[in-house]
Amino acid sequence: MKIAVCAKYVPEATAARRIDPQTKRLDRSGEGALNPFDVNAVEEALKLGEAAGADDGEVVIVSLGPERALDAMRRALAMGADRIVLVADEAAAGSDLVATSRILAAALERESPDLVLFGQQADDADGAVLWAAVADRLQRPLISQVADLTLEDGKVRGKRQTEYGYDVIDAPLPAVVAVSDAINEPRYPSLKGIMGAKKKPQETLSLADLGVPADEAGEAGSRTTVQALSDPPARGDTVKIEDDGSGAEKILEFLQERKAL
Amino acid sequence: MRPSDFPPPFDPAEFVVAPGEAEIEVGVLIVGAGPAGLACAIRLGQLLEGAPELAERLGDVPVAVLEKGKQPGSHLLSGAVVNPGSLRRLFAGRVTTREMPFYGRVEHESVYLLTSRRALRIPTPPTMRNGGNYITSLSQLGRWLAERAEEAGATILPETSGHALLAGDGRVRGVRTGDRGRGRGGEELGNFEPGSDVHARVTVLAEGTQGHLTGVALQRFALEGQNPQVWALGVKEVWKVAKPLDHVIHTMGWPLRAAAKYREFGGSFVYPMGDEMVTLGMVVGLDHSDAELSVHDLLQELKTHPFLRKLLEGGERVAWGAKTIPEGGFLSLPKRLHAPGLLICGDGAGLVNVPALKGIHYAVESGRLAAEAAFAALQRGESPGRRGALARYDESLRESFVWRDLRQVRNMRQAFGRGFWLGGALAGAMTASRGAFPPGNVHAEPDTDQELIRTGRAASYPKADGKLTFDKLSSVFLSGNQTRDDAPNHIRLQREVPRELAELWTNMCPAAVYEVAENGVEVTPSNCVQCGAITAKGGRLTPPEGGAGPEYKLT
Amino acid sequence: MKFLVFLEDHEGRLQKDSLGVLSKAASLGGEVEGVVLGSEIEGLAAEAGRFGAQRVHVLDDVLLGAPLPQPRVDALENLLRDRGFDAVLFAASVLSADVAAGLAARLDAGLNYDLADLVVEDGKLVGKRPALGDSVYADVGWTSEPCLALVRSGTFEPAESGGSAEVETFESRLQDFSLAATMVERAHEESEGPSIEDADVIVAGGRGLGGPENFALVEELAKALGGAVAATRAVVDAGWYPYAAQVGQTGKTVSPKLYVAVGISGAIQHKVGMQGSGLIVAINKDPNAPIFEYADLGVVGDLHEIVPKLTELVRARKAA
Repeated sequence: MKIAVCAKYVPEATAARRIDPQTKRLDRSGEGALNPFDVNAVEEALKLGEAAGADDGEVVIVSLGPERALDAMRRALAMGADRIVLVADEAAAGSDLVATSRILAAALERESPDLVLFGQQADDADGAVLWAAVADRLQRPLISQVADLTLEDGKVRGKRQTEYGYDVIDAPLPAVVAVSDAINEPRYPSLKGIMGAKKKPQETLSLADLGVPADEAGEAGSRTTVQALSDPPARGDTVKIEDDGSGAEKILEFLQERKAL
Repeated sequence: MRPSDFPPPFDPAEFVVAPGEAEIEVGVLIVGAGPAGLACAIRLGQLLEGAPELAERLGDVPVAVLEKGKQPGSHLLSGAVVNPGSLRRLFAGRVTTREMPFYGRVEHESVYLLTSRRALRIPTPPTMRNGGNYITSLSQLGRWLAERAEEAGATILPETSGHALLAGDGRVRGVRTGDRGRGRGGEELGNFEPGSDVHARVTVLAEGTQGHLTGVALQRFALEGQNPQVWALGVKEVWKVAKPLDHVIHTMGWPLRAAAKYREFGGSFVYPMGDEMVTLGMVVGLDHSDAELSVHDLLQELKTHPFLRKLLEGGERVAWGAKTIPEGGFLSLPKRLHAPGLLICGDGAGLVNVPALKGIHYAVESGRLAAEAAFAALQRGESPGRRGALARYDESLRESFVWRDLRQVRNMRQAFGRGFWLGGALAGAMTASRGAFPPGNVHAEPDTDQELIRTGRAASYPKADGKLTFDKLSSVFLSGNQTRDDAPNHIRLQREVPRELAELWTNMCPAAVYEVAENGVEVTPSNCVQCGAITAKGGRLTPPEGGAGPEYKLT
Repeated sequence: MKFLVFLEDHEGRLQKDSLGVLSKAASLGGEVEGVVLGSEIEGLAAEAGRFGAQRVHVLDDVLLGAPLPQPRVDALENLLRDRGFDAVLFAASVLSADVAAGLAARLDAGLNYDLADLVVEDGKLVGKRPALGDSVYADVGWTSEPCLALVRSGTFEPAESGGSAEVETFESRLQDFSLAATMVERAHEESEGPSIEDADVIVAGGRGLGGPENFALVEELAKALGGAVAATRAVVDAGWYPYAAQVGQTGKTVSPKLYVAVGISGAIQHKVGMQGSGLIVAINKDPNAPIFEYADLGVVGDLHEIVPKLTELVRARKAA
């Protein structure tokens, strides 16, 4: 059984992130890492593979990003994934949901996996819900927000976490599943795993290799734009008061004023 | 009351285990991807290139480097002004300084004596002249050296800590790496991954200041020198600045106090990092006696000085970090830096020239020499486990400039134990006489043996304003520290201690790990940036699980 | 502009967020139509008229009975053909996000998501979305039609305009692959109240509570407000509350409409987990607590007095 995990290379966490004032997008030129939410998807793929027990199983990481993303993706190999396929092409930079889903779908069609896994979201706040776009292009059934996943007899059963509680949804393979970070606690790569990671196959593809024309990728292939940056609306001044016995009443008033009740 | 009255529950014997079956075998195992460890890896790669038969005998992984941080550089921090000589020698002239990650040469420098309001320029002491040296971020230099080491064939293993030495029959056989995925009580969590026993023909400890296995090895093999090691704590920040700084600055004096009873030895540095950034830091010896001394807060106080405020005006803090520096110098060096199957390099060995504030080029040179000794001992007909097989390392170190430099300045730090003015005079005499005066060797006391006093020092620390001055917690955040909260406590410490000691630790720690509690001290280990200060003052830092701690980039 | 607003329903009601987006569309002027997809939902269409829809398209099919996204993409694709809609608006939810993204791929149409506002400038739709942890806002646009927009939950309040809508039913062929996923068991209301990630209101407790027993104060207030309970790293560390409730850098990130911080100092490690909250109210006896720098309302005082009183007042207000 072949499982493909779509993983994203995201800029290093928190403090260092900047928006590039020229492109008005997140500056991705610095250090990056494997999106922490995708690590859950890698872990789930490995668990499903181990549960199935088959010797001919394969977990392949599929990603769209710059060449240096390979370094970060190796973490997945260290955990136990078998292979990386990275679509690295300058023409793909700046792809939005429409363009990214097109490219990923092409890479996934080439692999023809039984199951495609996504992580919950991208930690850089871009690319949410990519899975739904990819599932549509692949014309495969989709289950998202999955907090528990089992594989049985040619289908997957997922527990989908919604605002109202959990749905249980079945989808026949081949399918697309997006897992939530509640689904598992990712394993630490073993030392042997870290040492063996570099030797595993790492393929870099261009858009041409996928048959995706350059004008259907990157900014040219995108259908959304970022036009300007501005400061967020001011939170407003902090109102700070000393409690003179009427603190609770003042809070209630405030909540009523702001329609928070 | 002294910190040494409350020694930590730590027995080095816990961290020496008998080697069993080898889970992983490598040729040479280096612990620490800092300048010493990486220089060793690079030199070994060069030597093995010319010795393919030996390389093959060493197996699939001839050279492995363990790094407990997320990646090389994550736990590296220094000023830094680097003497490029060792690096040039390491690359045998094949890499020029232009290709090294430097921010430029030191063109101008000045030293100031600060009072609370003024900055008096004083002549640069000869030991501190930096002509021909380069400014760098050690974290970035580490990242760069790691790439060179990988190119030279080394395997770097990040997020992997060295937990215990594998030793038996009087020789070191390798290292047991640390477990990952334990809970606060030590229990195995769902994703528990046990450490591995890594066997190696030669183990090189390049762990840096307060190296855990280094401390264990020094004790186990009775390698300790005549003077105990002593440390200083450095806390630094990197700022984006509105106006470029064009020279290297060192300061002495304010906010440190000169009288001998305070034992406040140290000063500050301000270095340009290109045109857009500046790094500044405060370094203070940990033999200080005031329980309220906080190097982090002294750094914040320093920034309020008109001279520094002006430098930072319109700027923005972009990095923060802390690390200890071994300051015992020559007389605190271990009496031997090798044992059967074992070599010790860099800051872990104490190879720091305190008056010149230099250690990186000694680390690089010691790593290089360690590689050559290891290579020689791995030749056919020799065995690195044989007593004396690695003695060549100590011999070559003693013949090198490292030894010569350190010997020359050997008493300088101890002189400052007599206070700033007398110390300064003594230091001057030492420099002028090239170490001949005063004769003999001054004895140093361990940092834990200092009696604590209280002077209300904390009253002068500025309140954090979030623009120029900052509190400890937001600084820990800026260091990139995201250590999980339920990790086991990696700091060995007595918890029920007198209030004064709890206060000492609370003030001393730059990362707000300790808090005064009702009957002793409260510990929040996930804040720890592994600077090592606690080990100097009554506790014992051990490495937490691999990958934990700060993620320095610019320090 | 001609808007189509995706109206999501749950247990016989149109969702408040959907009606909010509908009201917003109505306020932008132009033509506003809604679409309701499901099974036995005809009765809901009329409600949409009161919130600004001029026409509501309804597809009532048992195959759409389960809240699954893919058949809805087919239905919308059909509806959008040849009707000249300039934009399709969605209020974000687990379901609608998947529908919007699937539709974007189907139509090769741009989707901007996580929007905190929508405006029309020079006859074009412009979205405003927060980035970098809400520290900066970006103006986003579209280069194709229709413009697909996914609006952050809770952004717009429903506003009745008292109109009425024409109801038009339509039919659609649904693709095989869209119908392949099947609902085995439907979600039911959680009995213990919302999880902290979904809650609109969170009351969080910190060290200032003094002891684990005082979490009862936090729980009572949360119950009165209909919200969830959260905790800081310090109290979870001390074992006062479970890790699942921890908000902060090493816990969960939440953005409820209202966050009440009780006895929390507000160090940055906590702030980054809740700074996106709509309203922040802080109660702490330390006037220098960092939380007062970013709370909307800060009350310096004894939480042991203020919180129980506030709980009573809220209960009374809600009962009235």
